[in-house]
Order: sequence, then structure tokens, then C-alpha cells
Amino acid sequence: MPGLLSIDALLIAACCWLAIGLAGLLAPRNFFFISKTLFPLGALVGVLVGLLALASLGQRPEVAVLAIGLPDLPFHLRLDKLNAIFALLLGFASVGISVFAAGYFRKGEGAAPGLLCFWYHLFLASMLMVLLADDAYAFMVAWEGMAMSSYFLVTTDHQHAEIRRAGYLYLLVAHLGAIAILLSFGVMTSGSGDYSFAGMRAQHLSPMWASVAFLLALLGFGAKAGLVPVHVWLPEAHPAAPSPVSAMMSGVMLKTAIYGLLRVSFDLVGSPLWWWGVVAMSVGLVTALFGVLYSTVQSDMKRLLAYSSIENIGLIVVGIGLTLIFHSYHMETLAALSLTAVFFHCLSHASFKSLLFLTTGSVLHATKERSLGRLGGLIHRMPWVAWLALFGVVASAGLPPLSGFVSEWLLLQAFLFSPGLPHPWLNMLVPVAAAVVALVAALAGFTMVKFHGIIFLGQMREENLKDAHDAGPWEKFGLVWLALLGLFMGIFPSTVIAVIDGATRQLLGTGLAEQVREHGWWMLAPISPERASYQPLILLIIITAAVLLGRQLVHRLYHGRLRRSPAWDCGYFFQSSRAQDTAEGFSQPIRRIFEPLFRMRRHFPTIRDEKPYYSVEVEDPFWHWLYLPVARLTQAISLLIARLQGGRIAVYLLYSFLTLILLLLVARP
Amino acid sequence: MISISGLIGQLFAIVLGLVLAPLLSGWVGMCRAWFQNRSAPPLFQPYYTLHKLFRKDVVLAHGASSLFRTAPFVIFGCMLAASAIIPSLSTDLPLAPAADTIALVGVFGLARIFISLAAMDVGTSFGTLGARREMLIGFLAEPALLMVIFTTALISQSTSLTTIVETLAHRDFVIYPSLAFAGIAFTFVSFAENARVPVDNPATHLELTMIHEAMILEYSGRHLALIEWAASLKLYAYSCLGLALFFPWGVAGSDNFIGLVAAIPVLLLKLGIGGVLLAGIETVNAKMRIFRAPEFLGTAFLLAVLGLLVRLLLETRV
Amino acid sequence: MTALLPFSTQLINLFASVILLLAFSMLAQRRVLPLINMFALQGATLCLSTLVVAFTTGQAHLYWSAGLTLLLKALLLPWILHRLVRRLNVKWDVESLINIPTTMLVGIVLVMIAFNVALPISQLSETVSRGTLGIALATVMLAFLMMITRTKAIPQVVGFLAMENGLFLAATSATYGMPMVVELGIALDVLVGAIILGVFFFQIREQFDSLDIRHLEKLKEN
Repeated sequence: MPGLLSIDALLIAACCWLAIGLAGLLAPRNFFFISKTLFPLGALVGVLVGLLALASLGQRPEVAVLAIGLPDLPFHLRLDKLNAIFALLLGFASVGISVFAAGYFRKGEGAAPGLLCFWYHLFLASMLMVLLADDAYAFMVAWEGMAMSSYFLVTTDHQHAEIRRAGYLYLLVAHLGAIAILLSFGVMTSGSGDYSFAGMRAQHLSPMWASVAFLLALLGFGAKAGLVPVHVWLPEAHPAAPSPVSAMMSGVMLKTAIYGLLRVSFDLVGSPLWWWGVVAMSVGLVTALFGVLYSTVQSDMKRLLAYSSIENIGLIVVGIGLTLIFHSYHMETLAALSLTAVFFHCLSHASFKSLLFLTTGSVLHATKERSLGRLGGLIHRMPWVAWLALFGVVASAGLPPLSGFVSEWLLLQAFLFSPGLPHPWLNMLVPVAAAVVALVAALAGFTMVKFHGIIFLGQMREENLKDAHDAGPWEKFGLVWLALLGLFMGIFPSTVIAVIDGATRQLLGTGLAEQVREHGWWMLAPISPERASYQPLILLIIITAAVLLGRQLVHRLYHGRLRRSPAWDCGYFFQSSRAQDTAEGFSQPIRRIFEPLFRMRRHFPTIRDEKPYYSVEVEDPFWHWLYLPVARLTQAISLLIARLQGGRIAVYLLYSFLTLILLLLVARP
Repeated sequence: MISISGLIGQLFAIVLGLVLAPLLSGWVGMCRAWFQNRSAPPLFQPYYTLHKLFRKDVVLAHGASSLFRTAPFVIFGCMLAASAIIPSLSTDLPLAPAADTIALVGVFGLARIFISLAAMDVGTSFGTLGARREMLIGFLAEPALLMVIFTTALISQSTSLTTIVETLAHRDFVIYPSLAFAGIAFTFVSFAENARVPVDNPATHLELTMIHEAMILEYSGRHLALIEWAASLKLYAYSCLGLALFFPWGVAGSDNFIGLVAAIPVLLLKLGIGGVLLAGIETVNAKMRIFRAPEFLGTAFLLAVLGLLVRLLLETRV
Repeated sequence: MTALLPFSTQLINLFASVILLLAFSMLAQRRVLPLINMFALQGATLCLSTLVVAFTTGQAHLYWSAGLTLLLKALLLPWILHRLVRRLNVKWDVESLINIPTTMLVGIVLVMIAFNVALPISQLSETVSRGTLGIALATVMLAFLMMITRTKAIPQVVGFLAMENGLFLAATSATYGMPMVVELGIALDVLVGAIILGVFFFQIREQFDSLDIRHLEKLKEN
């Protein structure tokens, strides 16, 4: 259709999602219709969204105005390079998740699937609207829509008390964040009454007000993204939600918060100050370290992944902080390098974290167990899921040749070439920050080995695991889709960077694409090959060639004979599944080294116990330091105020009388 | 551009690595025996061991999965790739741009993950013990190694190994104290990563003291042979990495065939001296408790950070 | 990156780095005898560094300073300390108030602070060894940290003596040494201080039957 802009097409896609959701409401219990027709349709719309976003990265920004909204403030929408990347992420990630969900929801389980379909597609549509919004009102409406629909998705199994509690906590923190975001928008309009983003861009804020806006935005968007200390909802909400919902929240929703932060700090506020970058980097480092340490000691597989998401968001915010520092000192090439790392990590995290959450969904489906202490040995029954989870594990640990390594590599390169900053303190702190990033990446490897090893490898810790079945065809398709995305991004990073470059150029003024394109699509050399280069395809070819050649040579020169026997185990007779590590046991070294940072409740067996047992629970310390005191204070204040409600009618009438007298005295002519 | 001498040099480097790695392990074993006043096994003993292991059948536990069977090949492939990238003989390696030092650390990490997962596969207590200890050592050694790389990269303004070697080898002799710090830190890290005393005893037979050995308890036949070969390749790769970062003299430049041939005895001499020193340090020290290992690696990390700070203070004119 | 520094500056930088390394390893030491030996080594390196400065700049009094350092810090004081250790019959492990990794982390932070403070000052100086002012300041601070975090008496004394090492390095690097009178005075103070502390140790041990300084906390009002 001539004249159909990409933004219009995207709006149509959002409406399609809404329509699919509403269609689900028409026949809420018709299971086959919903899961085999509506969810795949939603996936197709997702492909459309992704392709449209990809196409729009080569075009100029487009704006649109919708007639709905307030009388003098209609919805302004805009599609530029920045939100095109996140729309691309949304589209392609949702394909895999929707197709998985088509196979995941089984008959007779939990809530009516029609309702689930409605909330799910409303969630997708509102996320797309958040990305497209170009004024504060549209943004907040879409943001709240996102929060609402995800709340209902999280509390799908609302019969259980802890799921209700998790949903409540989620809603509470989401609203705290929303208030902060609203205040930040308010500061940015600086009283002019023009709430559109274009108007905010035109304002020139004094450094103090700009800092206030930035810090409010960091708090508000950080509450949705899961930055410490407003992260407490994440480890509760993700395990409570069904797995496709967790995957969507962790893979895509957290990135909308990152989008908001990027939009505010680079686009709306104007020129950032260097200390904003230091604040962002410190918050990011603390978040990353906290997330990875706590993920190491978890015994519930979804909580482990939730804390791991916190860690990755921390790393992304570290990249944002670094970009802010470089940008404020006008070192644009390095800023482009770290911003590219941020975008790349967003894309790659969306693919591998969703993949991991979806595999836990398959495991949960097959075994009905969430606790790591009751799993094990599932690779024999679920080989597809196990090998695809291995993909996710290698990517999550940041290892070549997959996508997780590329963003880490880019970030470390940005750190490495930073001495040269005019500020001597920063010059010394930045390399040490790089060391903390390296520590976080290494610990992530530990967590992922624990995750994969305890769930899929070893012996089965419970008898009923023998009945586990592998994933169905829909689920397999979704998992393979996400794994291929991660593989593609890992093997062809230059292509992906060339795609991302438009957004970097828009925000900073320079990009990496020329240097990257110069050296061919197989090499990634952001500055020059003498400085640093990485050819993932060649590396993969070398390793694969060595593996295949080695295997052929060995079988040719020697033989390929094989015998089965019981495990050697140094001759020990007792080889039951109880002898291998539990989840707590595997993480014991970490607990011991970092003991002051954990808040643990332990029970040690004593001589007098009839049934001796050892148990350890690691609790989130921020509950006790921050949330419980604040909650107690709030309760104390509200108790004080509740005294006003004495119950006697005479007292209430007295209040009105006193107010009347006061007003008469004050408003005396 | 890829030249013929570059291709020959690359292939030669790979073959040399494959051949020399067991020889290096044998040499270190001989020196250890001499220091401990024992009679030494023959120099080519590792080759005989490999041949014996390849000839034997693989005995696989009932619970072992396909991951267990593919892991030795993957580990061997990673180590081979690592030794192909490090410039031990010449800097004219067509495959060298495939990975810089950070990617090299990543490749080592990939091998470590696979062997830990394989150790957890059979489901015995020793396997999981070895896996958890190996990941513990790994997670501390990696940041220390990265800090060492940072220091050397700051001096040569690059993380590409060929550039580092060329910069340091062809510069006039300058004393870099920061390199000394980084070198000591690198030695600590390579002891931890290659499972040497004082972190892990490669010749122990007490299961509760094992780290590396505990992970390969269930392997036999050709799988075990590949893993042993990969371990000696790892030692070879680390030694060549250390030589490339800290003692790069003697490595040939590009398009220099005579230099390539002349670099072989230099490499052999450097590796020989390194082997003697390694055996000496192993003999003088006792294996430390597993929970001293984090302190050991923490010291390495802090030394590397110190080297970085000294570099920023002393060697740059701000 | 380095417009090639003259060879003497490189040597001085090397020796200064060794002194810093020794200060750090004294901080991380677990046993008393290696601690004293490292202190002796630090004194010897200091002497070598002063000799190089003296040779490069031709200032004769620095030769005397170097000799004094060698005599006092590398030979006499370690001998006194060794004798003390033997007579008190103590060869314990060094206990510290906070564990060793945390101590080293705090040490790194102190090094960063010292380097940052010294950078503008060293840019004003004209000497050939001005880069080492930061290292000298760092050595002083690390020695101070060692005094704070040790619970037994002898490591505290070693910390006090190591502080003087750092001060001497600072003087040499910034201003080519102190006037001879000042230097002799400081040397005498340090020597006398060590002797008096030695006497005190015997008294402490008489009183409390141990050299753990936490026992001294009993000497308070209530």
C-alpha cells in the first residue's frame, strides 16, 4: 500500500495483538482454538513486527498522532532508530516465546486459557506502545497497561498464597517506579505544560534539574529493570509466573525499562554530566555482583535465573554508565563502543535468558518439580531440552562463540582503552571496575554449570523423574528459534553491529559501522585489527574441525570400541543419587568465601536429633535493611493517623466545624 | 594477506604444539623426579602413555550421557585452537586474528565448563566435588588473568597477541616494573589453572585432595588420552602465552622463513628453562588447603591490579 | 607511550616497585620471621635506590645516607628484632583483626588514594625520581595499616619501622634527601625507639603473660 509508513504498520500489528487477545476472550475454555491457533497467530504478528523494525532501521524517523487520549493531548507516536532496535528485540523474541506457549499450556491446568491469551497479547501490545510512545501521557498509559497485564499474568495460579504475595509485591514496586518516572517527566517539561518528548527535548534544563530528572529516571526505570535496591520483586515474581510469562518478562520487559533509561539520559535530557555515569556504573556494578552472588546460592531453578537476570541488567547499566562518562568527555568513539556493547547485550540477553526460562518450563512440565534438589539426570529423558539448555548456559556464561561473549568482549574493550580520561580518579577506578565485571562474568559461569549440571546431568534424585518426557514439537520450535538467534548473533557480530549502528549514531553522533564494515563480515575489529580482533566464525570452524578431525583420526588409527559398566567412583560401593552434590552443596565454596554478604539461616544437626538434617536458607538482605524498616515506619505513621478516626460522630462534626472556622478566619476579606 | 610462509608457519605451529606438549609434561616430570632425588621416568613416557590409552577400550559408566562422550573432543579442540593462536614461533599466523587475549581466556573458559559438566555427568560424589572446585578456581583465576592482560595491553596498546609480541620484542630494552608485577601474577594464575602444586597436585591419588584428577576419574581409553593430551596442551599454551607476554625475544616476524627455523631452538630453550623452574617451585612448596586457594588467587589478582596502578603512575607522563 | 625514560629513572622505578611489593607482602604475611626478613630486604632495596640516585645526580651526602640506611635498616634493626624474637621465644603466626584478603583490599584502596594525592605534587618536582613519590606515600600508608590491623606486638614495631622506610623514600624522591642533621636525628630516634619498645615487650609479657596487645585494653578507667 503506498503511503503506509512503518509506524502505521506497527500500529496495525499492535491492534492485531489486541484483537487476538480479545478473540481469546470469546471462547475462554476452547483450549485447542486458543493454543493452536491464536498463539501461533501472535507469533506471526511478532515476525511482522521484527521485520518492520529491521526495515525501519534504514529509514528516517517517522511520527504519527493518534486521535485517542486526552482532549488536548492526543497520543504522539514516533519510530526512530532507538526504539526500532527494541521493537526488533520484542518481535523476534516473542516469536519463540509465543510458539513455545502454544505447546506449553495443557488442557485442564490452571486458569482459563482464554483469559491468559488476552492478558498475554495485551502485554505484548502495551510493550510495543511503550516503545512507540512520543509523549509522556501515551508512555504512562502504555507503561501502566504493561504493569497491569503482567500482574494478571504473574498471578495466573492465584490459588496459592505465595503467588498472590509475589504479585502484590510486583505491583507495589512497579507503581513506585511509575511515580518516579512520572516525576521525572514532570521535571523535564520544566513547567511548560508541553508533555510531548519533542517539547522535552527543546527544554534547556539547568544542571541541577537535569540531574534530578536523571536520578528520578534511574530510580523509576531501575525499579522495572531490577536494579538494587528496588529489585526485590524480581526473584519473587519470576518463579511465580508461568514459564513463558517469565521468559517474556525477563527477556523483553526488563529491556523496555532499559529503553526508557536510554531515551531519558541520551535523548531527552541533552548533555549528560560525567558523575551521572559514575552513579550509573556504581549502581550497575553493585547490582551485577549482588545478582550473580545470590544466583549462585539458590535452590530453585527459576529464582536462580531471576537473580541471573538481575546480574545481566547490572552489566547493561554498567555499560550505560561508561557510555555516559565517555560521552560527557566527548570521547565519542569509545562511547560508541560501549553503547554498542549495551545494545548487543540487550539483544543477546533477550535470546538466551528467554531460552533458559523456557527450558525450565519444559522441565517443570515434565517433572512438576521446581527445586533443584529433586531434579537430575534429565538429559537421558529430555535430550532436546538438555542440549538447547546447554546453548543457553554457554551463552549466559559469556563464552565464545556465542552471543554472550561478544557483548562482554566489547564492554571489556571499552574499559581497556579508557585510561586517557582527563580525570585521574576515574582513570584508576575504571580498570578496577573492569576487574569486577570480569569477576561477575566468571561467577556467572559457576552459576550456569550448577544450573545445567544439577538439573540435567548426574543421577536422578527422585524416582518419578523416570517418567519425564521430552518437549513437544511446538516447544522445540520455540527453543530452537531462540537458540538460533543467539548463535547467529554470536557468529555474525559484525552484521548485527552494522544493524545496531543507526541507533548509536542517533544518540551519540558517531558509530562503529565504518570500521566494522571495513574488515569484512567475518571479523569484528571495532577499532583496528592490530588493536583487537575477534573472528567467531573462524574460531568455531577451528574448534569444530579439530573435533571432527580428531574423532576421525582416532577411529581410523585406533578403534572406536566401547563397553558399558557401573561407574568406577574409586571403588566405592555406595553410588546412590544421594552421594552427588545437592544444589546447596555445590555452592558451598561461594557461601564460605562471601559469607559476610549473605544473610543465612542455618540448621546444623546435633547429636540429640532423631532425624538429623542440615538446612540452609539464604535470604535477601535488602528486605531486612530497607523494606521491613520502611514498612514498619509506614505502619507506625498510619497507626498514628488512624487515631483521627475515633469513631465518635461528635468528633467528626467537630472536625468539620473547626475547618469551617479556620477558613473563615483565613479568608477574611 | 595470507602468505605461503604464513600458512606453513601456522600448520607448523599447530603440529609443533601437538608434538611438544607431551614432551613438556615429560620434561617437567623428569625435573621433579631429579629434584626429589628419585630416578626419572624416560623423557618420552607421556607419548607411550597416550599410545597405551588410545589402544584400550573405552569403559563407559551406565549413567554417562552423550555430553560425557563429546566433552573430551571439545576440550581437545579448544586447547588446539588456543595453541594455534598463540605466537610461539612467529607472529605471522593467519589464524591469529581469530582471537585476541580476551577471547583466548574465553576459549579456556569454554573448555573448563565442558570438563566440569562432564564431571557432573556420571553423578558420583567425586565428580561433583571436582566440578565445584574447578569452577571455584576458575572464577577467581579469570579476573586475575584479565587484569594481567590489561596491564600488558596498556603497555602495547593492543590486546592482539601478535601486536603485543611485536611491540615488546622490537622495542629497546626498557624495564617495566608493572610487567614484573603482572608476570608474578600470571605465574600464580598459571599454577592454579594448570593444576600444579601449590594449588593442586597432578600426581596425587588421594581423592579428597583432587581437583583436576577428580573430574576425569570416570574417563578411560581414548577419551582419557585426549583429556591428558589437552591438559598438556593447556600447560604448553600457558607457557607460550607467558613467554609471548613477558619474554617475547626470539619470535620471528612475518615473511621470515629463516627466522622461523631459528625460533625453534629458542623456544625449546625457553620451555626447557621454564620446565625446570616449574619443577623447582613444585618441589619447594606444599599443596595448600583448598580454602587457601582463593586467597592465593586473590593475591594474584591484587598484584595484577597493583601492576596496573604502577603502570598508570610511573610509566605514563600525564 | 613512554618517551623513553633515562635508564637511571627506570632503575629507580624498578626499586621503588620492589619496595611497594615488599610492603604489600609484609601486609599479607602470616609468620613473624619472614616478616622481619622482608623488612631487611626492603631496607637493602632502599639503600640500592639511594645509591642510584646518588650516582646519577652526584650528590655526595646521599652516599652517606645510603650507607646509614644499609647499616641501620638492613643489618642492625633486623638483628635486634631477631634477638628479641629469640629471647621472647615467640615464633607465632601473625594474627590480625580483619582477615588477610580484606586487609589487602583495603591496601589497594590506600595505594590508589596515595597515587592520586601524589600525582599533582610529583608534577611540580624536578628530581629524576619524582614518579616514586606516590609509591613512597603508599608505603607509609600500608605500613600504618599494618600497625593498625596487627594484634601482636612485634609486627606493630615492624610496621612503625617500615613507615620510616617510606618517609625516607619520599624524601629521596622529592628533594634528594634531607639535611644530614635531620637524617641522623631521625635515625637515632628510630634506633632508640626500637630499643625502648624492646624493653617494653618484656614488661608487657611480665604483666599479661602474653604479647597480645588486646590485653592492654584492660588498662582503662572502669
